[in-house]
Amino acid sequence: MTGKSLPAPQGSRAAAPGRRAGHRPARSGHGRWQGRPRFFFVFLYRELRRRQRQALLIGFGLGLGVGLVMVVSAASAGVAAAQAVALRSLYGISTGLTVTEPARHPGALQDPDALLTGGLAPLRSAMTASVSRLPHVASAAGGLQLTELKPSASGLWTNITVDGTDVARPRLGPLAAGTIVSGREFTPTDGAIDVAVIDANYAIESKLRVNSPVVVARTRFKVIGIVRQAQGAGSADVYIPLGAAQRLGRSPGGERLSHQVNVIYVAADSVTHVADVQQEISRLIPSATITSSNDLARAVTGGLQGAASLIGNLGTWVAAAALIAAFALASLLTIAAVTLRTREFGTLKALGWTTSRIIGQITGESAAIGVTGAAIGVAAGFAGTALITLLAPELSASIPQDNGSGKTATIAVRLAAHGTPAITATAALLAISGALLAGALGAWRAARLQPSDAFSRIS
Amino acid sequence: MYALNGVTKTYTKHGGTVAAVRDASLSIADGEWVAIQGRTGSGKTTLLQLLGAMLRPDHGVVGFGGRDLARLSETELTQVRAAEIGFVFQTFNLIPTLSAAENVEAALVPQRVPPADMQTRAALALDSVGLADRAHHLPSELSGGQQQRVGIARALVKQPKVLLADEPTGNLDVDTRDEIMSLLETLWRERGLTLVLVTHDSDVAGRAQRVAAMKDGRVSIALAPEEQ
Repeated sequence: MTGKSLPAPQGSRAAAPGRRAGHRPARSGHGRWQGRPRFFFVFLYRELRRRQRQALLIGFGLGLGVGLVMVVSAASAGVAAAQAVALRSLYGISTGLTVTEPARHPGALQDPDALLTGGLAPLRSAMTASVSRLPHVASAAGGLQLTELKPSASGLWTNITVDGTDVARPRLGPLAAGTIVSGREFTPTDGAIDVAVIDANYAIESKLRVNSPVVVARTRFKVIGIVRQAQGAGSADVYIPLGAAQRLGRSPGGERLSHQVNVIYVAADSVTHVADVQQEISRLIPSATITSSNDLARAVTGGLQGAASLIGNLGTWVAAAALIAAFALASLLTIAAVTLRTREFGTLKALGWTTSRIIGQITGESAAIGVTGAAIGVAAGFAGTALITLLAPELSASIPQDNGSGKTATIAVRLAAHGTPAITATAALLAISGALLAGALGAWRAARLQPSDAFSRIS
Repeated sequence: MYALNGVTKTYTKHGGTVAAVRDASLSIADGEWVAIQGRTGSGKTTLLQLLGAMLRPDHGVVGFGGRDLARLSETELTQVRAAEIGFVFQTFNLIPTLSAAENVEAALVPQRVPPADMQTRAALALDSVGLADRAHHLPSELSGGQQQRVGIARALVKQPKVLLADEPTGNLDVDTRDEIMSLLETLWRERGLTLVLVTHDSDVAGRAQRVAAMKDGRVSIALAPEEQ
C-alpha cells in the first residue's frame, strides 16, 4: 500500500497516477482551468457551488437593490425627457432662455382695436444684437407679445394675442414649437409686407383660411399659413412680422414701439452653457427676468410634476433603502460564511497560505457574487423600466404662459423610462461595489484569523 | 531539528491567565519520532502549535534548524510553514468543496508550483498513501481513514523536513488507527522525516522512539518507550 513512490521532486515530469488507464476521469474539472490562477478559480467555483443558495440570495438582494436604483434613475430620466418634450412643445427650445422685463405700470388702457404690450416692459431692439454677441449664445431674436381687445363671433369682447415674430429667425420663438398645417411659415422677405400666420384653433373659431384676410389693429393682414401648436400650447392667436408689430403696437402709456421688443428669445450653444448665458444676460440687463428651460421645468404642474415628485422623493428613498438593505444582507452573510470557514482558513494558513492570498480568495468570491448581482440587477432594471413604459398613463404638464395673458398651457406627455448605458453601468458597478464591500468585511474577519484556528471547533 | 528552551505560552481566558505551556525544554533530533502524550488540557496541542510556527511563545527559545521561531517575522513564519513543516490534524481539516487531489494541491499553492507539476505531485502523493483511485472524490465521499490519508498526502506533498500530527488517529476506529499509524511509520522511515505526534493514546505513543509526557503545561519527562 505504501510501497509506491512519494511525491516526485519539483519539476518532475513523471506521469500522474490519476491519468493512467483505468483511473476515474476527472469529474471535478481537473484540466478545465489552466495557468497560474487555475487553483484560484477552481476553489472559487467550488465554494460558490457549495454556497449556491446563499450566493444567489446575496446576488438577488444586490440585484433587487440596483434594479430599483436603475428603475428610479430610468424613470427620472424619463420624467426629464418628458419635461423637455413639454417645454419644447410649449416653448420651442430646450437650450433656450427668454428675456423679459415686467412693466412698471401695467396700463389699464383697454382701447378696442389697440395692440398693447400688456404686462411686459419694452426693451430696445438693439439689446437683441447685444445679447447675441454674448459668449455661448448661439442666436437671439426679439419679439413683441401683444394683446388686442376684439369682439368675438359671439359678440363678447375678448383678448386675442398677437406675436410679433422675427421673420429672419422664425425657428427661435413660440412659432418654433408649432407645425405648419396649411400654407407656409415666414421667410425673411415677409418682413416688408403685411402677412400673418394664425393659430389653427383661432382659424377655426374665426373661420379663417390661408389667403383669408385677418385684421389686427385695424390693419388687414393676409394669412399665409396656419400653425398647430402642441395641445393647448398656443402662445399667440396671430403671428405677424416683428416690423409690423412695432409699427402697430403701443405701450401701456400709449407710446409707439418702433425699434422696441418686449421679449428676447435666446438659444445657448449647449445645455451645459444655459446657466452661464443666464448669468451674462443678467449682467447686461440687470432688471431683466431671465427664464431658462430649468426655471420653466420648475413651473410645470400637473401629473408630470406629480410623477417627478414621486420618483424624486419616494422612489429615491425606496431605492436607497433597498440598496442599503442589500449591502447589509450581503455583508452579514459574507461575515457569517467566513466565520463558518474559520477552521478552513486556519488550515490554509497552517499550510502556508498568506493572509493576502486568503483575502484575494474571499474577494474573488464576492466579486463573482457581485457580477451575478449586477446581471440580475441590470435584467431587473430593464424589466422594470419596460414595465413603467408599458403601464405608465399619459401625464399632463401645465405651464403658465409668459406673455402676460395669464393663460396656462397644458400638454399630455407619455412617460417613457429611459435606461441609458450610463445608468446600466452605474447599476452594475453598484452591485459589484456592494459585493466587494461585503467581501472586504469578510476579508477583514479572515485577516484576523490565525493558523492555530485550524484547531478551531467551528467548521 | 528542534531545541526548545524555557518556553512558556499563556492565554488570557475569562479575565484570568492560563499557562498552556510552562518553561518547557525539549530537544528533537533530525529524523527522530517523538510522541507527546498527556491528558486533555495538558498543553500538548499548544506545544505542537509552537513547534509548527503557528504560535509565538511568551518566553523562551523555539530553535528550529538553527533559527529561533520566536524571533521570525510573520512572513518568515508563513514561509517556514509553507516549505518545511507538514501538518496532520485530528479532524482531517480537508476543504469540503475540493476533491482529494485539489486538497493536496492546496499545500503547493504557496510555493507557486506550476499547475502541471502541481497536479503530478498531488497525484503521486495520493498514490503514495494508496488513494490514487480516489483523487477526484470529495472528502464527503471518503471514509474517515481515507480522509486522513488525504491529510497525510497533503502534509507530505511539499516534501517537508518535519511532520507534525495532532491526534491523527483520534477520530478513527482501532483497525483504521493501526493502518494510519503503519502508514505514518513507513513514510517516516522512507523519508527520513522528523515526526512529532501528539496523542493521548498509549498504544500510539508506544510506537515512537521517544515519548514526551506533558502535565499542566510542563514537559515532565522525555523517555524512549523501552525506558518507560
